[in-house]
Amino acid sequence: MSRQPSLFAPLIWSVSDLTRYLRILLEDDPALQDVWVRGEISNLSRPVSGHVYFTIKDQGASLRCVMWRSDAARLRLPLQDGLAVEAHGTISIYEPAGQYQLYVDAIRPQGEGALYQEFLRLKQRLEAEGLFDEARKRPLPLLPRRIGVVTSPSGAALRDVLNTLRRRLPLVEVVLAPSSVQGDEAVPELVAALEALNCYLKPDVILLARGGGSMEDLWAFNDERVVRAVAASEAPVISGVGHQTDFTLVDFAADVRAPTPTAAAELATPLTLEDLLANVGGLEERLGLAMEGLLERRKRDLQELEAGLRFASPIHRLQREQQRLDERARRLLAAVAQGLEREALQLKGLERRLQALSPLAVLSRGYGILSDLQTGEPIVHVRQVVPGMHFVVRLADGRFEAWAGDKKEEFFDEGDL
Amino acid sequence: MKEIYELTYEEAFEELEQIVRRLEEEAHSLETALQLYERGQALAAHCRRLLEQAELKVQQISEGALRPFDEAGGGGRV
Repeated sequence: MSRQPSLFAPLIWSVSDLTRYLRILLEDDPALQDVWVRGEISNLSRPVSGHVYFTIKDQGASLRCVMWRSDAARLRLPLQDGLAVEAHGTISIYEPAGQYQLYVDAIRPQGEGALYQEFLRLKQRLEAEGLFDEARKRPLPLLPRRIGVVTSPSGAALRDVLNTLRRRLPLVEVVLAPSSVQGDEAVPELVAALEALNCYLKPDVILLARGGGSMEDLWAFNDERVVRAVAASEAPVISGVGHQTDFTLVDFAADVRAPTPTAAAELATPLTLEDLLANVGGLEERLGLAMEGLLERRKRDLQELEAGLRFASPIHRLQREQQRLDERARRLLAAVAQGLEREALQLKGLERRLQALSPLAVLSRGYGILSDLQTGEPIVHVRQVVPGMHFVVRLADGRFEAWAGDKKEEFFDEGDL
Repeated sequence: MKEIYELTYEEAFEELEQIVRRLEEEAHSLETALQLYERGQALAAHCRRLLEQAELKVQQISEGALRPFDEAGGGGRV
């Protein structure tokens, strides 16, 4: 029996009020504001607004869902009808339609949640074991000669790695250890590839590469055996698995984690061809400068030696001797000339003295010399003279003949003359 | 001494580095210095040539042996 409603209830709701009341009721329940719902996508619709509308359902029920454009933009997995997903969001009511719905902010493939739990458990265990310790990380070689690459031979990851290596450092030798990167074969093949590289080929560094994918796709890189093989690798390992946002346990075990395969190849080649060419250029310049400096020093030394040699050479000594000789000769000549002059002066003095004694000098003072014209005998006494006698008078500037007149003898003192 | 053309890039670069240091730091007879200089120049040219002519060599492990890897035959994306 159903109860008759009272016709005179104290309050009659408007539809709006009731709907708002229900909405607030739902929004006040914390369990409904952070909810994961599992189901299959249907009625997917993407209008131009960019918001995404769909329904998720299971055998028993269906739930209207809306995902705003900003959340939809972060979707990693392409939505399609029939896809089994787990959707996260808040439950509320769209009042104009009187419809409760899930406002979705994240979607992941079904099963990934369980995988993630497993991922966290294994991560914690290996971490506790010290497998991810910073102290275990080895430095990457500055200039690798041989790079091992573990990846699928047909994947885009390998193409990216090879293109990057070719662009940056074509000098390296690449050894590909082909391996599946997903599926049942992936784990044993990845382990075998790492071991083969380490045992036989001794690469300087190993790249472990794979393109992006769902957590399930990347699952081999979370497998404990693979993680342990990476940690045990003799050569340092760079992981480049998935996209920027994907993290796998291999990333933690690797010596360096790169966000993408391309980035892994870049990290493996810290020095590029341009760097190396610049290094060679730099050394070449230093070589030139060193040689120039050396030659310059040599030249200077040689010039100094040459100067020393010139000073010490026999020619130089000969020149100096010659100079000394010339000097002496000059002095000698000067001395001789001086001597001669002195002699000449002396001679002149003697001459003067001689002249003073000469009878001619007496004549020049006004005396005359008389001599007999016939005998030539000098007449020095009056007694030699006979009046009328013919005699010669010699004066300073000549002679003449004369005749003697009367004579008178007188006597003088010698001193009166 | 090895012939220069037999040297790998690393060997040639290392020897070039050594020669430069020796020329910079030690006294040498002119003849030795010229020999060092000439070898240094040849080493630098060799390094440059190796770098400029370098072509990425890609091999793959296949049935326990190394074989050249055929990039063009790589196939589709996985």
